[in-house]
Amino acid sequence: MRAYLTSPKFLRAALPAASLGIILFIIYLYSPFAVSYMGLNLMLQYAVPIALATIAQMFIITVNDLDLSIGAFVGLTACIGATLLADTPILGILALAASVAAYAAMGALIYWRNLPSIVVTLGMSFVWLGIAVLILPTPGGTAPAWVKAIMGLKVPYVPFPIVASIVIAIVVHLMLMKSSYGAVLRGAGGNAKAVGRAGWSLLKIKMVMFAAAGFFGVLSGLSLIGLTSAGDAHIADRYTLYAIAGVILGGGEFVGGRVSPIGAVLGALTLALTPQLMGFMKLSTDWQIGAQGGILILVLAMRALINRREA
Amino acid sequence: MAFVKQISQKAWIWSFVGMFMVWLATAAYTGGKGSADVITAALSFATFTVIVGIGQMFVITTGPGNVDLSIPSTISLSGAVAMKIMDGSNSMMAIGLVVSMGCGLAVGMFNYMLIRVLRIPPIIATLSSSFLVLSTAIAYGRGLKIKPPPLLAEFTTAQVWGVPVLAIVIILFAVVMSIVLNRTLYGRSVLAIGQNMRAAWLAGINVERIRFLTYVISALLAALCGYLLSGFSGGASLNMGQEYLLGSIAVVVIGGTSVAGGKANVPGIWGAAMFMFLLVTMLNTFGASAGIRLIMTGLIIVAVITIAGGDKPER
Repeated sequence: MRAYLTSPKFLRAALPAASLGIILFIIYLYSPFAVSYMGLNLMLQYAVPIALATIAQMFIITVNDLDLSIGAFVGLTACIGATLLADTPILGILALAASVAAYAAMGALIYWRNLPSIVVTLGMSFVWLGIAVLILPTPGGTAPAWVKAIMGLKVPYVPFPIVASIVIAIVVHLMLMKSSYGAVLRGAGGNAKAVGRAGWSLLKIKMVMFAAAGFFGVLSGLSLIGLTSAGDAHIADRYTLYAIAGVILGGGEFVGGRVSPIGAVLGALTLALTPQLMGFMKLSTDWQIGAQGGILILVLAMRALINRREA
Repeated sequence: MAFVKQISQKAWIWSFVGMFMVWLATAAYTGGKGSADVITAALSFATFTVIVGIGQMFVITTGPGNVDLSIPSTISLSGAVAMKIMDGSNSMMAIGLVVSMGCGLAVGMFNYMLIRVLRIPPIIATLSSSFLVLSTAIAYGRGLKIKPPPLLAEFTTAQVWGVPVLAIVIILFAVVMSIVLNRTLYGRSVLAIGQNMRAAWLAGINVERIRFLTYVISALLAALCGYLLSGFSGGASLNMGQEYLLGSIAVVVIGGTSVAGGKANVPGIWGAAMFMFLLVTMLNTFGASAGIRLIMTGLIIVAVITIAGGDKPER
C-alpha cells in the first residue's frame, strides 16, 4: 500500500486534486465561512463554463493538436445563444449545430493537409470573432430562460457548480477513458500510425475529436450566458489560455494522448479559484494572470520531479 | 523563362505576389488616389511585425513544437518599462533601450530555463511565462501615461521621401539576419536542428546552446519591438502586444518558412507583413465592417497555410 502511495503513477494522478485541495485549504484559513454551501456556490460560479472549455481543449490535445481558438469560439456560441437561440430557437439550434460542424471541418482540414493546428486555429479564432461581432456588434442580447434556469439550479447540500463539475468529469471519463472507441481515440494521440494500420480512419478520429471539442465549446458558451444573461463577442477571450492551463494542470501530457478528464475538471476548478484566493490574500488583481501562470509552473515543476524519480 | 521558373520556386516570392495583388486591387478601387501613402503606412506598420517575425522565425525553424507565445507580453512589458525609465527625457533614451533589452534577455532566459529544467514543450513554457510577464507589465504599468522622449518619437516616425526611416533600418537589419541565417554557424545550426535534431547533435552541434540563443534572440527582438512601438504610438499600452501573437506566427508561415522547421527565409517575412497590412487596408477601402475584416483575415491565413501545405508526414 505504501509503495503504491509513493509510486510516480499515483503521485502524478493525485497532483491535480492536491493543488485544488491546497488552494481550498488556504482560502479556509483566511475565511472559514467561504468554504460553505453559499460561499462555494459564489466562488465557483464561473467554474462550469471554464471546465467545459477545458474539456473541449482536452479533446484536441488528446490527438496531439492545440486549439488557440476555443476562447473566441465560446464567445461566438455565447453570442448565438443570446440572440438567435433566444429569439428563434430553431435557427439558434441550427446555427450551433453548424458551429460544431465547422469545428469538425477544421479537424478534417488539419488532418487532410497535415497542417499545424496552432496556425489554423489561430486563423480561425479571427473567423469566430468576426462572425460573433456580426451577430452581436455590441454586448447585449438575453440568454434563453431555460439556460438561465439550468445555471441557477439550487441543489441541496452540495453547491451546483460542484455537482455540475462532477457530472461533466464522470460523463467524459466514461466516454473517453472507459469506452472502447475512447481508447482508439486516445490511441490516435499515442501512435497514430498503429491505429491507422489497425484499420481505424484517422480522418474520422480527428473529426470526432474536433466535433466533440466544438460541442463542449457550445455548452461552455451557453453555460456562460446562463450566468451573465447577456452575450459579448469578447466574453470568453481568456478561455483559450485557461483551457490549455486547465488541461496541463489536470495532468494532461502535451503529446501522446495521455489526458485525464477528471484532472482537467480539477484543473479548471483550481484556475477558477485562484482569483478568489488572491482576493482573500488581498493581492492586487494585477497579479491574477501571473498567479495562474505561477501555479502552472509550480505544478509542472512538481510533475518534473515525480517523473525524474521514475526515470 | 528560366529566370521566372527559378524565382517562382522561391518560397518567399508568393508573399510579394500577394502583396502586389492586394495593393493593385486597392489602387484600382480608389482610382490610384493615395496609393503611395498606403505603401508608406504599410512600411511603417509592417516594420514592427517584421522585428518580432524574425525572432519567431528562428524559433519555429528549430523544429515542430517550437513557438514563442510570450512575444506579446514581452512587447507590453518592455514598452511599459522603457517609458517609465525614460520618463520622456531624450537623455535617458540609451538607458531605456538597455533596460528594455534587459527585460527581453530575462524573459528569453526564463523561457529556456522552463523548457530545459521542467522538460515541458516550448508552447506550454512560453505560455506560462507569458502569464507572469503580462502580470508584471500590468502591475508595473498601471495608469502609465508617459509620453515617449521626443527624439524617440521623432526617430520612429521620421520619413525620407515617403519612406519611413525605421523601415529602412529594419530592412538593413533583415538583410543582416538573412546572412546570419544562411551564412553563419549559428544560422546553419538552427536549420540543421530543425531538419533533424538528433542528426544535428550527432554532427557535433551544441543543440542546447543553439536553442538557448534562439529563445533569447526572439525575446530580445520582442523587447526591441516594444521599445520602438511605444515611441511610434506615443506611449506604451498594456495590450499593445496583443495583435503580434497571430502577427508574428502568420508572417513567418505566409513568408514561406516551413512550420515543420529546418527551412526558413527572411525576405518572405517582409512580404508577408506588408501583405497583412495591405489586406486590412484593402478591406477598409472596400468599406467592409469590422466583422467581415476579421473573418477575411482569418480565412486568408488559413487558406495560405492550406495551399502552402504542412510538413509531409514522416512518422
